[in-house]
Amino acid sequence: MAARAQHGTGAPFGANEPGAKANTDFRVIGKPRQKIDGLSKATGALQYADDITLPGMLHAKTLRSPHAHARIVRIDVSKALALPGVHAVVTGAEMPIKFGVIPWTQDENALAVDKVRFIGDPVAAVAAIDEDTANAACRLIEVEYELLHVFADPREALTRAEPAIHEDNKHGNVSKHVHLAFGDVDAEIAKCDVVVEDEYEFHGTTHAPIEPHCAVGQYSADGVLTVWSSTQITHYVHRALARVLELPPQKIRVIQPALGGAFGGKSDPFSLEFCVAKLAMKTRRPVKMLYTREEVFYCHRGRHPMQLSYRTGATKDGKVHGVDAKILIDGGSYSSFGLVTTYYAGQLLTGPYDFPSYRFDSTRVFTNKPPCGPKRGHGSVQPRFAFEVQLDQVAEKLAMDPIEIRRKNFVGEHVTTVNGQRITSNGFMQCLDEVERASGWKTRRSKLGFGRGLGIAGSMYISGTNYPVYPNDMPQAGVQLKVDRSGLVTVFTGGNDIGQGSNSVCAYLVAEELGLDVSDVRVVAADTDLCPVDLGAYSSRVTFMVGNATIDAARKLRRQIVTAVAEAWKCDERRVRLIDGRCIDLEDSARSMPMREAFQITEVRFDTLGSTGSYNTPKLGGDYRGGTIGASPAYSFTAHVAEVTVDVETGRITCDKVWVAHDCGRALNPMLVAGQMEGSVYMGLAEALLENHEVNRFGLHSGPNLLDYRIPTSVDTPEFAALIVESLDPEGPYGAKEAGEGPLHPILPALSNAVFDAVGIRLKHLPFTPGKVLAALRANSHGADAPVVGSNAGRTSTPNARPSKGAR
Amino acid sequence: MLRLPKFELASPTTVTEAVALLASTPGSMVIAGGTDLLPNVKHELFTPPLVVSLADIAELRGIRERDGGWTSIGAMTSLADVAANEIVRARYPALSQATGLVAGPQLRTMGTLGGNVLLDTRCQWYNQTYFWRAALGFCLKKDGALCHVVEGGSKCVAAASNDSAPPLMTLRANLVIEGPNGRRTLPIDDLWLADGTYNKKLEPNEVLVEIQVPPTTANHRGAYGKLRERGSIDFPLFGVAVRIELDAHGTVDTADAVVTAMQARPLRLKRFQEHLQGRTPNTAEFEEGARLAADSAHTQCHPMPNIPGDEAWRREMVPVYVRRTILAAASCAGPVHHV
Repeated sequence: MAARAQHGTGAPFGANEPGAKANTDFRVIGKPRQKIDGLSKATGALQYADDITLPGMLHAKTLRSPHAHARIVRIDVSKALALPGVHAVVTGAEMPIKFGVIPWTQDENALAVDKVRFIGDPVAAVAAIDEDTANAACRLIEVEYELLHVFADPREALTRAEPAIHEDNKHGNVSKHVHLAFGDVDAEIAKCDVVVEDEYEFHGTTHAPIEPHCAVGQYSADGVLTVWSSTQITHYVHRALARVLELPPQKIRVIQPALGGAFGGKSDPFSLEFCVAKLAMKTRRPVKMLYTREEVFYCHRGRHPMQLSYRTGATKDGKVHGVDAKILIDGGSYSSFGLVTTYYAGQLLTGPYDFPSYRFDSTRVFTNKPPCGPKRGHGSVQPRFAFEVQLDQVAEKLAMDPIEIRRKNFVGEHVTTVNGQRITSNGFMQCLDEVERASGWKTRRSKLGFGRGLGIAGSMYISGTNYPVYPNDMPQAGVQLKVDRSGLVTVFTGGNDIGQGSNSVCAYLVAEELGLDVSDVRVVAADTDLCPVDLGAYSSRVTFMVGNATIDAARKLRRQIVTAVAEAWKCDERRVRLIDGRCIDLEDSARSMPMREAFQITEVRFDTLGSTGSYNTPKLGGDYRGGTIGASPAYSFTAHVAEVTVDVETGRITCDKVWVAHDCGRALNPMLVAGQMEGSVYMGLAEALLENHEVNRFGLHSGPNLLDYRIPTSVDTPEFAALIVESLDPEGPYGAKEAGEGPLHPILPALSNAVFDAVGIRLKHLPFTPGKVLAALRANSHGADAPVVGSNAGRTSTPNARPSKGAR
Repeated sequence: MLRLPKFELASPTTVTEAVALLASTPGSMVIAGGTDLLPNVKHELFTPPLVVSLADIAELRGIRERDGGWTSIGAMTSLADVAANEIVRARYPALSQATGLVAGPQLRTMGTLGGNVLLDTRCQWYNQTYFWRAALGFCLKKDGALCHVVEGGSKCVAAASNDSAPPLMTLRANLVIEGPNGRRTLPIDDLWLADGTYNKKLEPNEVLVEIQVPPTTANHRGAYGKLRERGSIDFPLFGVAVRIELDAHGTVDTADAVVTAMQARPLRLKRFQEHLQGRTPNTAEFEEGARLAADSAHTQCHPMPNIPGDEAWRREMVPVYVRRTILAAASCAGPVHHV
């Protein structure tokens, strides 16, 4: 089901049925409402993976490598096995088949087989009567290592192939290289009036979900393996378990319980899922493994450190004509989604601005550090930062308003980008208008006095992609509905609700389509035995794809219900309306029945009631290798204005307020959309100002705990304004697009651009630590002109004296 | 979750009993609020076979006015209670501010003043899990022979990180300590050793009973300045307590300042008083004095890469925070903190 204007953007039963843009006669959609699991979360009733306790359950722990790069010479588990209370030990030799979320780069083992590649790489796992016994047993395992050269610097990994971190990798320590050129960049830039060339850096951050990874495995007497896991990709975990454990997939059931945050950090199969399964099979007892916070830091898959070099050429009118990028990506020790990251780093930059020519060269290398992967805004947050700062530099050279230069380069609606991506709806111009208006941009920018400023940035992001990780032509999302005589409809979806509220969205959509109260729809999700396949919660695909599949399934049911009721009433089907829990006759207000009765009539007429629905993307993307990666059925657009205060004496940047305008197509639940916008901004701000996933000179994570890894507290987060823009996408569910990742991107460059407005320094190397700010102020002649502000006592971080900005 | 290793727990109801229990088992330790001890035990920095809880000893809790304007604060009084106490706020503003900035609200509710005074020194190479420290090859402070802060260093330079020590030192507080031989009183200045491994002259079988704070007058001025990355939770990257006593004319009579989060013990700033003495707050000459005192602190203080954070920036912040805290003290506008 991939047709354009598949379901329409309007309400299912409006004045202009089947739904035009003008049709806003929704009963459920578009209204702020709580999540369907909100109360059970608030009361603590919801079951997370670690809440699962099964009879006879054992507890497992992982022994990890203390070396960043070493060959395993020998492992002796005999002492561990001899410890009373230990039931089984498993090592890599028992699960030698490699896995990886991307089929072309399967380079991970459940437990290290021949070598270890970072400090924290899993080596062995023990199942015992309790965690303490399992921990004690891990210390009794003897491992002899032969140390190898450690790659810490990605530049070294780029040029030095030996020793290879992955010996069977064809390109030494290069994980992936992508070079793509569209148009003649050099010729286009040569024609330009202004060229800015500069270097930028992203340092590396991780997700830090509050719930650590946890899995429970159970192996039944009849040979069925069940794994409960805190994953955001049930389907891929299912496939990986079958592969590594060499079990028929139909003998495996994977269930995702309630999840306490993921942000991309749970979108790979992880060692613990294989270990609990293998240990359950060995012991015939259920086995649980819960990672410590430290282990979550070693699992990582966080945002890649990138060294980014950009060259942008523009004519006097502000029009950009060419963008040339070179990016070095530090991948850490495994591939994870790295192939996609390497493409995304280039492919996702060609909007919301029109690039007549564009070239990028992006290289991901392996180093002996925790593996990087997808984090909220996968692959594109770092290039977006670099480019949006560079665009401000171009505007500065042209003495152009930074919002105007963004308007000038707007790519438009219903266009194809230079790299062949089809853009449908595009509310970016309205996003710019909204943040410009709300922030008072025109009257306040550059007029707040030295030390305070405003900055703008824009971005776009995907709503899923047509690249299904493993090539196949089956639907990307499937949904099944079951109708009960009681009046209840149950939605079965493979979609992973990771806190973003996708289960709630399914319930809202079914309630809207079938005229039910949301509480009369229940959702069963992410259980491979019960639910049709969905590929998982990544690439901001769930609301778009599962949403469309849900509408598809619901409409099939609605047609049956309407037919059955019309027959019973002996009236035209167009008179039958399902609304507010009742089935009514539009032309006879006296005639109506509760939906329960309508379901029963329909069951008599059509037999046991149920339906399926699915979604697959249309053919998308450029006709070249990699052209489908980053090709999305719809793109979201965002603009931020950030207001900052810079304490020029301490170098501390305080973000006072952020205005976020996000084009999510249609806000199915504006409260959830605003929540995603807010969470995105706070996460991005923390990456800019506080968080640093750093590996020290010993190859050790510099502080794998929530004291040293500084996620912001409530007093570290600014005021925030959510400005929802609805462009009504022709292919989204009722016009909806993504909202969970796009709104993160602009905050990093907006902050840098605001600091420039405040104190005249360009921050190009993340994170923006106060030390860097002071160094830049010293290096900057404007900064040197600013008098050292003396006597500002007390709590304020704003200098008392605010001299004029001087020659800016 | 990290597991808490097993230990025996004893809950005596008198200090004498507690001291006897500590003497009974080598390696036993005291637990007050547990906010420092329990993470450290989880990290296997300590492996006490017996932990003696002070929670049931009523004598150790509460803030009492004593003769002559002295105030005694029971060692088990929570940091939140100290920070909010009216007597402390009125008489010892720097102490109220410093205790109010320790960690975050939950930890201040559990953590005690005695526990904060006796806080273990901290270091990025030390406050880590057993796995992490083993991968490192351990460090001088615990289980190892090398220091990673000062490579080749033979002395532990883990940092005193207690916010309460600087104000108590400027206030010249006394510590009442009970051991097997009864009670003794120790000026807090004399508590410290310049050794990060263990920076206190407190025997393992001694219990801190109370903190006695001398009287202040209406001419007392105090403030605390705390540098940290986040607005809550974090230990200090630099902390400074300033005490100023004005004379009848409103001119500085005496002044004192103590800083923390530098090295193994809290440090008294040298020549602090001479820069401020005789100057009157809210005048240009006072601000000049504050600047001189700040410059002098900058010369004296050399933060090391013992605790996390950019030590060059921490050093740059020394004069900024010293000066701001002097000015805040003089105008009763503390604490100096970025949020």
